[in-house]
Formats: sequence, structure tokens, C-alpha cells
Amino acid sequence: MSFSEIKLLIQDRFPKSVIENENISEGQIEIDGSLWKEIATFLKNDPKLLFDQLECLTGIDTGEEGPLQSRYNLHSMELRHKIEIIISHDRKDPKVESIEQIWRIGDWFERETYDMFGIVYEGHRDLRRILCPDDWEGWPLRKDYELQETYHGIMVPKIKEEEGWE
Amino acid sequence: MGVLENKFNDNIVVGSLDKFLSWSRSTSPWFFQFGLACCAIEMMATAAARHDLERIGMMPRSSPRQADVMIVAGTVTMKMALRVKKLYEQMANPKYVISMGSCATSGGPYWQHGYHVLKGVDLVVPVDVYVPGCPPRPEALIEGLLKLQQLISEERPLTRKIT
Repeated sequence: MSFSEIKLLIQDRFPKSVIENENISEGQIEIDGSLWKEIATFLKNDPKLLFDQLECLTGIDTGEEGPLQSRYNLHSMELRHKIEIIISHDRKDPKVESIEQIWRIGDWFERETYDMFGIVYEGHRDLRRILCPDDWEGWPLRKDYELQETYHGIMVPKIKEEEGWE
Repeated sequence: MGVLENKFNDNIVVGSLDKFLSWSRSTSPWFFQFGLACCAIEMMATAAARHDLERIGMMPRSSPRQADVMIVAGTVTMKMALRVKKLYEQMANPKYVISMGSCATSGGPYWQHGYHVLKGVDLVVPVDVYVPGCPPRPEALIEGLLKLQQLISEERPLTRKIT
């Protein structure tokens, strides 16, 4: 099934959720996060779509002014088509419904995105940091990330490009 | 050995206990076997048949209680730093640390932008020998271990304080 057909199917079912955005490329659909769990269930179970595989879930920080984004790469083993879903979040309170129980791999993907960007996946049953220590401060892959100075008494040196050790 | 020379039968060696202790320590420092990154592969290669660490008296132990030397082989992340410190504290005295490779010595390729990497394992445990390389070849590690053995053999545990 071609991308435009997939987009039309989603638009017919959830007319208010698809956001038109000219800056995104072919194969990407930006949607509103409020109905995300229903849309995800639809994407997985609709006989014409059958997206049975969540290939990747990652976060993107679009910069100081821009929002945080979650990006879901979906693939259908059955029908051999794929799309990318983009959901934008408010930088101050980034949250979206969890799809951990729809695609089980989402469990660790969401924990990783939460770890790196601080995006809260509501309804996730075990939303802890996955790579950083549990008591780490801040969200490392955000562009405004400030490194903490010490960690359990160990110095965390900040190194600037021109000055060397601070 | 001065006045005691030729006063005993053959096969009896006379020496000072001090030197004997440091000699026996230096010739069998068992190392604590744990790998953190790619350096661990070189460490395993060093301990395996071709380079054969047991010919210089070193064998890997899997428990800190049985080990004398800790080879920090690889990138120490902040999360791991606390564990490394705990493992070091669990080792019995006298204990020695070898920092193997760039990452353990200074943070290596994570030196500038690696927020999660400890910039040198000497920030948490005292290091005796640094082995440079990324990762060091087994020959380099053996050189470092021989340096450590030399350090140990120069110690005088009865008359001087163990460092």
C-alpha cells in the first residue's frame, strides 16, 4: 500500500488528528498526540495496514524554541509497507500515551527515550531510566542539557573546546 | 649472604624475610577478572594461550576477595564508577590497580563530550600503573604487568609501610 493511501486511511478514521506539515518528507505523518493510543491500535489491527512491527522509537530535540518530538518507525511484515509517525510535545511538559502494551518492544524504547529526553509515556508500567543511573539529573540528549557537577562525590568535569579542562 | 654463606647444606637459600615476602608477592599477583569494554578482549587475549599470563604467575580470579590486582579494562561510566570503587574496597590488602587503555586512564574518546564517562579511573581508586593504548596490545599489557611486578618486588612490607 502506498504512503498516500495509508495517510488517507488514517485521515478518514481520525480526521482531526493528522496535522498537515509541509516541512516533513515523504513517508512521515505528523499527528496530534491526544488520541495516540487509539491510532496506534488502529494502525496495528486494521486489516489494510497491519503495522505489526515497531522498528524504532526515538526522540528529537528541535532546538531552543521548537518542541520535543517522538518518532515512531512502523513497518508491516505482512504487507511490506512502512511509515514514520511524528508526535510533537510541549517542551515544558512533554507527555504522550504509552504504546508499550501494543508493541511490546516499546517498553525499552520508551524507557530509553524517557531517559534521554524526559518525555513521559503515560501508562507505561515500568517507566524508569534504562541507561543512566536512576539518580542521574537532567535529560542528556536535550539541547539545553546542563551537566551536573558531582555524582556521589565524584567530579563530573565539564570540558570546553577552547579552554580544555574547566 | 655474608656470614651465613656456605654454612648450610645444598638447596637451602638464605635471605631476608622482607625481600622474600615481596618476591613471593611480586611473582604471583592474581588479577581480578572483569572487563568493561573492548580492552577486555585484549585482556582475555593476554590471559589466553598465545601470550599466557600464567607464565609470569598471573591468573584471573572471578572474586575480588581472591585477587591482588585489579585491571580496569575499558570505559568506566559514572554508573560503573561506584561499582568499581565498591569492588576495590572488597579486595584484600595489599592491592594494586592497573588502568588499561585510554578510557580508563583519561576518558579516551569520551574525553570531551561524554557526559556519562568517568574522566580517569584514578578519580575513584588509586592507580599504580597506567597502560596506554586504544586498546593496548597484549604485549603492552604484559609490559605494564611486569612494571607492576617490579614495583611490588621493590616493596619492603616489614620495614616500610605498604603504599
